[in-house]
Amino acid sequence: MNEPMTPSMIAFSPALRILPEILMTLTGVLVMLVEAVLKPRTSRKPLGIVAILGTLAAIAASVYQLFLPAGTAFFGTVQSDAFSVFFHLVIGCIVLVTLLISLDYFEGHTSFVGEYYALILFGATGMMLMTCSVELLMVFISLEISSISTYILAGYRKRSATSPEASIKYFLLGSFATAFFLYGIALCFGATGSTNLYEIAKGVADGASPLLLTVAFGMMLIGLGFKVSLAPFHVWTPDVYEGAPAPVVGLMSTAPKAAAFAVLLRIAYGAFGTAIHIWMPLVWIMAVLSMTIGNLGALTQRNVKRMLAYSSIAHAGYLLVAFTALAPMGIAAASFYTAAYAAMNVGAFGIISYLSGYNEARTSLSDFAGIARRHPVAAAAFAVFLISLIGIPFTAGFFGKFYVFTAAINSGNAWLAVLGLLNSGVAAFYYLRLLAQMYMVPVEPPREADTAHARPAFILAMAILVLAVFALGIFPGRILDLARAGAATFSGPANAASQTVPVALLRR
Amino acid sequence: MTPSLYLWLLPLFPLAGFAINGILGRRLPKAAVSAVALLFPAAAFVQVLWIVARAHQGLALPYLERFATPWIAVTGFHANFSFLLDQLTLVMLLVVTGVGLVIHLYSVGYMAAEDGYWRFFSYMNLFLFFMLTLVLAANFLLMFVGWEGVGLVSYLLIGFYYTKDSAANAGKKAFIVNRIGDFGFLLAMFLLIAHFGTLSFREVFANISAHPDLQGGFLTAIALLLLLGATGKSAQIPLYVWLPDAMEGPTPVSALIHAATMVTAGVYMLARAHVLFGRSPLALAIVAIIGAATAFFAATIGVLQTDIKRVLAYSTISQLGYMFLACGVAAYSMGIFHLVTHAFFKALLFLAAGSVIHALGGEQDMRKMGGLRKKLPVTFWTMTAAVFAISGLFPFAGFFSKDAILAATFETPGEKILWAVGLVTAGLTSFYMFRLWYMTFFGSPRYDESSAGHGEHGPHGVHESPWAMLLPLVILGILSLAGGWIGWPAALGGHDWIAHFLDPVFTSASNAQLVVPSAADFRLERILAGVSMLVALFGWWLADLMYRRKPQLADSAEQKTRPLYTPIWNKYWVDEMYGAVIVRPILALSRNLLGRGVETGIIDGANTAMTATASGASSGIRRMQSGNIRSYAGWLAAGAAAVLIVALYLSHSF
Repeated sequence: MNEPMTPSMIAFSPALRILPEILMTLTGVLVMLVEAVLKPRTSRKPLGIVAILGTLAAIAASVYQLFLPAGTAFFGTVQSDAFSVFFHLVIGCIVLVTLLISLDYFEGHTSFVGEYYALILFGATGMMLMTCSVELLMVFISLEISSISTYILAGYRKRSATSPEASIKYFLLGSFATAFFLYGIALCFGATGSTNLYEIAKGVADGASPLLLTVAFGMMLIGLGFKVSLAPFHVWTPDVYEGAPAPVVGLMSTAPKAAAFAVLLRIAYGAFGTAIHIWMPLVWIMAVLSMTIGNLGALTQRNVKRMLAYSSIAHAGYLLVAFTALAPMGIAAASFYTAAYAAMNVGAFGIISYLSGYNEARTSLSDFAGIARRHPVAAAAFAVFLISLIGIPFTAGFFGKFYVFTAAINSGNAWLAVLGLLNSGVAAFYYLRLLAQMYMVPVEPPREADTAHARPAFILAMAILVLAVFALGIFPGRILDLARAGAATFSGPANAASQTVPVALLRR
Repeated sequence: MTPSLYLWLLPLFPLAGFAINGILGRRLPKAAVSAVALLFPAAAFVQVLWIVARAHQGLALPYLERFATPWIAVTGFHANFSFLLDQLTLVMLLVVTGVGLVIHLYSVGYMAAEDGYWRFFSYMNLFLFFMLTLVLAANFLLMFVGWEGVGLVSYLLIGFYYTKDSAANAGKKAFIVNRIGDFGFLLAMFLLIAHFGTLSFREVFANISAHPDLQGGFLTAIALLLLLGATGKSAQIPLYVWLPDAMEGPTPVSALIHAATMVTAGVYMLARAHVLFGRSPLALAIVAIIGAATAFFAATIGVLQTDIKRVLAYSTISQLGYMFLACGVAAYSMGIFHLVTHAFFKALLFLAAGSVIHALGGEQDMRKMGGLRKKLPVTFWTMTAAVFAISGLFPFAGFFSKDAILAATFETPGEKILWAVGLVTAGLTSFYMFRLWYMTFFGSPRYDESSAGHGEHGPHGVHESPWAMLLPLVILGILSLAGGWIGWPAALGGHDWIAHFLDPVFTSASNAQLVVPSAADFRLERILAGVSMLVALFGWWLADLMYRRKPQLADSAEQKTRPLYTPIWNKYWVDEMYGAVIVRPILALSRNLLGRGVETGIIDGANTAMTATASGASSGIRRMQSGNIRSYAGWLAAGAAAVLIVALYLSHSF
């Protein structure tokens, strides 16, 4: 490994490069151990609080990593830099909010909730590790850590029929897709003799075995495309989202996707950056397919969770549009979009989990009629998230789309931006239909879930998300700067290491 | 480094009030709605006072606060989300939050019996939010956000009684007419971006100041487009037609939005862009002419109106004309001064009129009033202060500001005609205001005591309003008297405080005024003040003669001046003219060409085709979703195969 050694790098332990992951793992193990000791019928809330504290520590550790000079550790397998920190923070915040939402969700319905918290923590460890891996085998291992946790979490409404079904489907299809990814790694190794992204980058630049490398990239794109539910690998999404518990859907529709997109960014721009003209057409075909299939599929959906599942396919498509832009601009736009999308989508599923409760009392569009009268605050928050999903100014969704489409236009792909905007227009219809249901249709008779009152943890989570949606929509500057700093760390370890630490970002 | 003033907090107060009342208001008890509606504007007002105190202690102005840098960034253009505080902003902040708070308090009493109490207050708080954004903005773009926002709230509140057709139509009219002005504002912004690459006040104005050779040309174009925007918002010729109809809204709305604050946004914008206007003598001349013409024209219409609120609406248009006139002769501080005093007395006039309307159970026709002096003593006395102020009687507020504008116009070379117009208008103003005063409060009662008071408002007979409405009247009454003393001119032994306070903002424009005035100038000013005072007294005398001493004189005057009377009574048929020249052709075009041809033929056709395609495609996509895991795996494999084939095809060009 030709790791450039600067004096400052010898001074600290390589463990600091994966400090957030270590903290998450330790908290997860702690939660597992305590769970085994607790009596079966007692509340598992304290475990949730422990998990929250661990996540906060991991977020703090990620911020701390900004102060380290960017560089690799553990024989060049992991690299902490502004890019990884950005995604660490996004994933950390998603996990934090999901834990807050889940704190009261399972209360009184399922035992062994302690495992649930531990699984979220382990899954998050995997996702975080994905974003800082620069070695494909490491990526694969962390991808598996995150996926297996998510498979189990999808089936956590144990006594219902749909939830375990969702879990099984997700697991079988997920394994199938992961196999493609592994095969892609093998082909990369065959072509370049290494699984390190920088070594592969050299091989690609030298033009070694183009056929093998193209197929390898295609294979990895298939594997990751499945994880982020890009068309044509999206078929699992509606079924799984419909069956899985709503808080878990909020998590799995954002955090693993953010991680997978981070990996895709590292592979596409980091390793295959010089072959951009080869993979670009693949990417834009998938972007157009995802946007169109997602939005058209959502149009006629009456089930709200399925509708949002299709919408998440469409949003993955918008995000992929950013990949058609040139390196720093496209990377920054894509990174920003993951953060914006996370804030609004976790929020939307959070509100659904509150309004429907553990028993999924509300599933179809008509079940949401008149919500604005019965739950005015929840309806207002839901409205904020939906408006952001449409992409109306002053919300996160607007700037997310704005930067993605601007990046596309500046890279000469105006037609792709036009297609994206047309798609956004179509999408407005089904979001607005839900809004109209909530605000315009007379009140339905009260439901079982309506007796529940919002708990402080849930209110805190929603407050954080609403604020985040507006903060990203009105003052996107700071987050965007971090995303840009992350984008600047690409183009090789030498650049990453010599790059000045973006501490100034924090002081501003 | 200057300490932070937390300007960002200022608009957030009323926004919080809007959010709480807007979301929860339906369920909250009335007292809680009122408390929320009052507390947040009060908090904003307190913060403004705190800022004033800080400024008094020697805070360096102008002060800039940035939040998002950049707020919007695309290639070749960026805009920051930042607030600017200078003397001009400070004056506007005081007016907006101070008068705003007082009117909120009044509304608690006035709107007590209305449905949609919470809706009203959430809109009012939202208005304050947008107005503060408009005033605090440090660039044209953010100003435009506030500009559009107040327009939106204005639309919502004019149409507050949305079940009434006339109210809904008035709301639409206001909105559409303002769109024309906003179009000018937008084009002006595009030109600014094209020429300067920025919309920041500072950068644009510094750029202009740095190039003394820039005169006229595209600057005139920008200035005229901005002026178009200002005429829309501030109801000037040719876009004034919406304001009289806007009186369909509840009276506190007329006071706050359509008299004291929003309609003055145009004047504020002209003052803010004074550097730009300073480079275009042509644009300035047009501003002055529009101002003087509107002032005169609206005053003549006001003379014959019988609806108490419409008289006040036309007088608002007329007074805004004075402010435009002041800007047009580059006496910006005088324009802002008149803006301030006008905010006091015009808000008071509306609120007092509201008190009268409230007492009479919703009656607005002055022909059905009269003799209310004894029944409504507080309303009468405060209204008197406001009438004296607007008529320009010494030492009431309006005297100082109006006189300052007339004097500045007189001293501007070549503008003597405008001065004469302004002077005649002052006489007219005095006449129609005293006409209103006499018709409402003097003479014999012409209202129906039994029906009055049983309308939507009060419970029993004609009665004085509750304290929540009277306290604001008294506060504004005091301000209508003493508010003008901040601009007591040097010629009359004062210090001209407001002009000196605003000087740092307008230095480049008012260089001429910095010349130390000589004794001769003072003498001239005193003579001019005396003349305008005499004219105002003459108006009073005439009104007294025609509406108190010899009421039959009004009718015979009407008979004798028929050729003059008819056009004025019909408001010069301007609405009809616009209807015939603009509205009807557009309607015809829309109905026939766009409606029948484009809409039915092309759009509907395309729509039907697209809907069919979309739902077809959509059901196709749903059919993919069999729920069967083997078919899913099949799709996955097919997709993978497709990707690999494309990849292989692409690898040929590796």
